[in-house]
Amino acid sequence: MATVTMRVFRGDAGGGSFKDYRVEADEGMVVLDVIHRLQATQANDLACRWNCKAGKCGSCSAEVNGKPRLMCMTRMNLFREGEIISVAPIRAFPIIRDLVTNVAYNYEKAKAIPPLRLKPPEADGTYRMMQEDIDRIQEFHKCIECFLCQDVCHVIRDHEAHKKAFAGPRFFIKLAGLEMHPLDAADRTPFVRREAGIGLCNITKCCTEVCPEHIHITDNGIIPLKERMADSFDPIVRLLRRFRGMRKDGA
Amino acid sequence: MIRQPAGAARPPIAAAHLRTDAWWVLPVTVVIVLGAFVVYSTWAALQNAHYFFAPYLSPFYSPCLSQSCLHLTFGVGLPDVSFPIVGVVSPAFLILWGPGLFRLTCYYYRKAYYRSFWLAPAACAVRDVKRAYTGETRFPLILQNFHRYAWYVAVVFIVLLTWDALLAFRFPNGFGIGVGTVVMWVNVILLAAYTFSCHSCRHVCGGHVDVFSRAPGRYRVWHVLSWLNERHPTYAWLSLFSVGLTDLYIRLVSMGIIRDLRIL
Ligand code: SF4
Ligand code: SF4
Ligand code: FES
Ligand code: FES
Repeated sequence: MATVTMRVFRGDAGGGSFKDYRVEADEGMVVLDVIHRLQATQANDLACRWNCKAGKCGSCSAEVNGKPRLMCMTRMNLFREGEIISVAPIRAFPIIRDLVTNVAYNYEKAKAIPPLRLKPPEADGTYRMMQEDIDRIQEFHKCIECFLCQDVCHVIRDHEAHKKAFAGPRFFIKLAGLEMHPLDAADRTPFVRREAGIGLCNITKCCTEVCPEHIHITDNGIIPLKERMADSFDPIVRLLRRFRGMRKDGA
Repeated sequence: MIRQPAGAARPPIAAAHLRTDAWWVLPVTVVIVLGAFVVYSTWAALQNAHYFFAPYLSPFYSPCLSQSCLHLTFGVGLPDVSFPIVGVVSPAFLILWGPGLFRLTCYYYRKAYYRSFWLAPAACAVRDVKRAYTGETRFPLILQNFHRYAWYVAVVFIVLLTWDALLAFRFPNGFGIGVGTVVMWVNVILLAAYTFSCHSCRHVCGGHVDVFSRAPGRYRVWHVLSWLNERHPTYAWLSLFSVGLTDLYIRLVSMGIIRDLRIL
């Protein structure tokens, strides 16, 4: 058992500050455990959100020593002995209280995405997909909607004015999953460019760095979308497609 | 005690970041290394000398196209370009725009210099230095989306540099292998790894397909390229070093400062 110093943000939109607490931490604990102990022993009114304590619900997002992380997946032995550990709410979103923020922005963005538009079924009335057709998009389905990527993305975080016209990394992979879907008939590149504002992303990869599900958001989602967008402008590709009578499904 | 409606404003935290690790080390390193490469390659391109020592040709001067070349790639040379005061333009400048544009528009280097030089952002969860930001939505940065054209050009360079590396076996007294031959082969292999691990390459050669089961050939190609693509940043740095060091090696040999050892 060791005593650690936790510097936790306390406050709301009206004002607040970091407060230092000395908390007992046992071996094997994660930051969320220590926050719970703090809540139980010294700060009963500390607001924090959590559900699964298993890195799967995406509720306990916070910024630990300035890095967006899941509190339940951040082990205490990551820190040096005696190191002060700061815990702040995810700063890109409006605060409710202490460590809890309002992430409604993301739900609004989700609503704006046009859903899957199924191609017509095959002659026998069924749909068929092969494993290799969906392997690639499975990765995007691992998303737990912790919104750490949205929090760290500097377009959302530092340029408030762009938020309206920017979907953010979580929804770029959503769009990539639909755009690459073997049964989807919609061409999503105009949406990706205009409504989702992919041009604002400068592929600096912070979203990928913080994703607890290790989704290659930038390399496998955003960049392929940028390339698909470039296709629609590329005269060579357009000519080739016309020449080969290639449909959107590329086969 | 909520003094403002909940969820109306961001957390009142003023600090530009709360990171406690040495996040600035990486951007500073990138500035130093990329800066050093740009300075060295510009200097080397301006030299217009010591870029050929039979049978080795520096990658900065390949293909060598103008009459004044020490080693003409296609046998015949184009007329030299010259300007008053400056004199004859180094043949390196006739071609370096190709690989230069390729690296400049590379998705990986974009990340590296947007972070290190633009400071947008310098590191994750560190506030952007500039307030105004338009990403890649406006001219000239919107042109980054045409990276694939630079890739087409880069593929031609790989063919030419492979040819140079083959010629590096042909010594004035017949077939042989020198340290320079090995240097040139390592360089061309790393450059090829960099070029074929490119994101645009991965897209153009297979990634654009939605129903892979109906395009098995492109699926296999895409699979291999995806494996390479995961290592793209590594190849980006290794090939940057190798191309600079290959030029340096040939330069030093041709200046007589070091001797090229024959292996065979
Ligand atoms: S790569 Fe793009 S989407 Fe991801 S954090 Fe950076 S700017 Fe945002
Ligand atoms: S993509 Fe990753 S970081 Fe973003 S919301 Fe999903 S799980 Fe979280
Ligand atoms: S509590 Fe569910 S992800 Fe941390
Ligand atoms: S060369 Fe880096 S992405 Fe194309």
